[in-house]
Amino acid sequence: MARELKYADKATQQMLKIAEQEHVPMIWDRYDAMQPQCGFGTLGLCCRHCSMGPCRIDPFGDGPKTGICGATADTIAARHLARMIAGGAAAHSDHGRDIAHTLHLIGENASSVYTVKSMDKLKEIAAIYGVKTEGKEPQQLAHDVAQEVLKDFGQQTGTVRMAETAPEARKKLWKEQRIFPRAVDREIVEIMHRTHIGVDAEYKNVIKQGLRASLGDGWGGSMIGTELSDVIFGLPNPLKTLANIGILKKDHVNLIVHGHEPTLSDIIAVISQEPELVEKAKAVGAKGIQLGGICCTANEIMMRHGIPLCGSYMQQELALMTGVVDMMVVDVQCIWPGLENTAKCFHTRLVTTSPKAKMPGFEHIEFEEERAAEIARNIIEEAINNYPNRKGRTTIPNVTQGAIAGFTTESVFRFLGGKYRSTFRPLNDAIIAGRIRGLAGVVGCSNPNMEFEEGHLTVVRELIKNDVLVASTGCNAITCAKHGLMTPEAAFKHAGKGLQEVCQAVGLPPVLHLGSCVDNSRILRVLTEVVKEGGLGEDISDLPAAGAAPEWMSEKAVSIGFYFVASGVYTIIGRPLPVVGAPALHKYLTEEIEEEVGGKWAFEMDPVEAAHMMLRHIDKKRKALKLKPMIYPQPFSESEEE
Amino acid sequence: MSRHITVRIERCVGCHTCELACAIAHSKSQDIETMILQGENPGYRIHVETYGPRSIPISCQHCEEAACALACPTGAVKRLAKGKPVLVDDERCIGCSMCVQACPFGVIALRPDGKVAFKCDLCISRLAQGLDPACVSSCPTKALVLETDQTANRDKRKAAVQKLAEAQAAGAEEVETLSG
Repeated sequence: MARELKYADKATQQMLKIAEQEHVPMIWDRYDAMQPQCGFGTLGLCCRHCSMGPCRIDPFGDGPKTGICGATADTIAARHLARMIAGGAAAHSDHGRDIAHTLHLIGENASSVYTVKSMDKLKEIAAIYGVKTEGKEPQQLAHDVAQEVLKDFGQQTGTVRMAETAPEARKKLWKEQRIFPRAVDREIVEIMHRTHIGVDAEYKNVIKQGLRASLGDGWGGSMIGTELSDVIFGLPNPLKTLANIGILKKDHVNLIVHGHEPTLSDIIAVISQEPELVEKAKAVGAKGIQLGGICCTANEIMMRHGIPLCGSYMQQELALMTGVVDMMVVDVQCIWPGLENTAKCFHTRLVTTSPKAKMPGFEHIEFEEERAAEIARNIIEEAINNYPNRKGRTTIPNVTQGAIAGFTTESVFRFLGGKYRSTFRPLNDAIIAGRIRGLAGVVGCSNPNMEFEEGHLTVVRELIKNDVLVASTGCNAITCAKHGLMTPEAAFKHAGKGLQEVCQAVGLPPVLHLGSCVDNSRILRVLTEVVKEGGLGEDISDLPAAGAAPEWMSEKAVSIGFYFVASGVYTIIGRPLPVVGAPALHKYLTEEIEEEVGGKWAFEMDPVEAAHMMLRHIDKKRKALKLKPMIYPQPFSESEEE
Repeated sequence: MSRHITVRIERCVGCHTCELACAIAHSKSQDIETMILQGENPGYRIHVETYGPRSIPISCQHCEEAACALACPTGAVKRLAKGKPVLVDDERCIGCSMCVQACPFGVIALRPDGKVAFKCDLCISRLAQGLDPACVSSCPTKALVLETDQTANRDKRKAAVQKLAEAQAAGAEEVETLSG
């Protein structure tokens, strides 16, 4: 107990203190109770894939050096890691599949509440899949595109067509390396096959399949999720929003949506402001309905509707501690069953909605796309009905922070080039001229095994201080928004002079909110556009760019990391992957793999050092491209020391 | 008042966590990943052995008449004071292995670097901070408990007395039923 969380925002600190006073255990308490955690698992030396085991390898070499079947530490760790990729890729891709089904529903049902909001984007996707667009109504085109897109998941021949959008050099490399994904689901299934007892035991070969499955995620399932969400829910445009728990209102019905898929939450966002429902809220004594998002659902509905961000992954329980949350509606991914323990201290109702995710102590109101509006209305009404049941203490921390968010590959385009000459040219020119040092994607979860938000904030601040433009998604994005890094003014406070000039010229914040964790595919798209624009090499691996997930925790993060590495990006995370006990695998992932795919992994717990490692990589790429020296002196520079 | 680690055999699931925790507690970095990356191997001072379906962690018993201390030619293995653990003085130890041969439990060995003998020190530095030994606090099923002779025996006596009392009550009830 008594964690200080000195890097966290004020709302988190305040709510944690209250939880402590009232003896309501939070995630950090459960983490402490779990210490020490098993070293075999941490090092990747535990195998439970058959019932001859469980097996574990002695990391010091005194005990067993192989499993019962003879699998070495490298084999065991590689198999386990591959299964983590399978888990992550499955989660993202199932999300993408659901969105594709929603598009299909639009095609089947003219009266659906879902419609084609971005015909331009639908036409772009149609072109990728070779679907003819001439003379087709949006509904017909939605049907035809959905049919083709869905094939990417389960087809038995061919390759994932969404991945054809990668740079030519990259696709050639994937084919040479035999990691071009064939079908999203197939690659995940093949991981499960290969990691079964007695199949693939050569660690590099196991990881090869992991790379292929992760590409099926990043350039397949996730990208489909992002692109089709833009079609159905609208292409996000930069907008002003608010972040942190302080967005909840004492005199409003507070409804939190938490999870990942926008299918239900987007409809809730639209319907919650219907006059009829607002009237019902007033009838029970509330002034209105306040919607707030947590985790990536927050990012999805914030980007498209400006619904404020209530908090990140780590704040899901803290938000309930306010005592004013009348209902929390969840769908899938990153939802703690432990929420129940907090909710029962208050009147808060917890509602699961996905048939894939039920939780003990939660009510279940099953969501069906065909009846989306009706179910959304029902959920909101139930939240309203619960408003009069509030009891006892309520505390809303008076902490919010404004942010500009909702960037996409398309809107970054427009920002940079202006409305009438949308182009990435100014960005490429700024990099070539030495005004911007490079690009970084800083993404991912938070984890109680680190100082909350220290990793995210330190890495991001150190990068923008050194003129690196940062693209952010997921819970890193929420953290950056909460801490004021997503305002144009943040450039003057935190960014280097070169980046400041660029931000000032086009009105960008130094850290761009690109969406949810599925939207990491947007970062792939941006990198592809930069390559296409020309002047910075032929492939993503030529770019002065790097990625980081300083506080990662989920299998999805592992899959994301792998598809960035496989796309040629130097990718650094805080806590190492569970491979430290497998020396050859460890060396392969952090060194040798670069020769094969152009990207590699790095693990670094010190966030300042992590940022410097990214800068070194960026400098290495700048040098290889023979780019001009930076216009302004850089706080971190090693060239002078040479 | 001597303290020792009691093993609740029925609770041990054989996860070997105590072994790793012991190694980490006796390392420089105190972090398993750093240890592996830097090649540091402090060795295990507790071992999980098996007999049939049972797994049982075993480490130095800190014997009163410690055979290792008696066998040591340089006085390196010794108890600093009554009731305190038996320790190895690295400065004095010549690595002759006499203690290793003398120990009836097989829980002293030469350190992985081969220079000196090493064994359970009851985590005296942790005890000084008011912490339990690393093996005890790491055990996920609480199979290891740090106890004093007095409390351990009193607990055992209490459990035995409880059984006696229950048996007596059940017996009296039976007599009552029979006579009634």
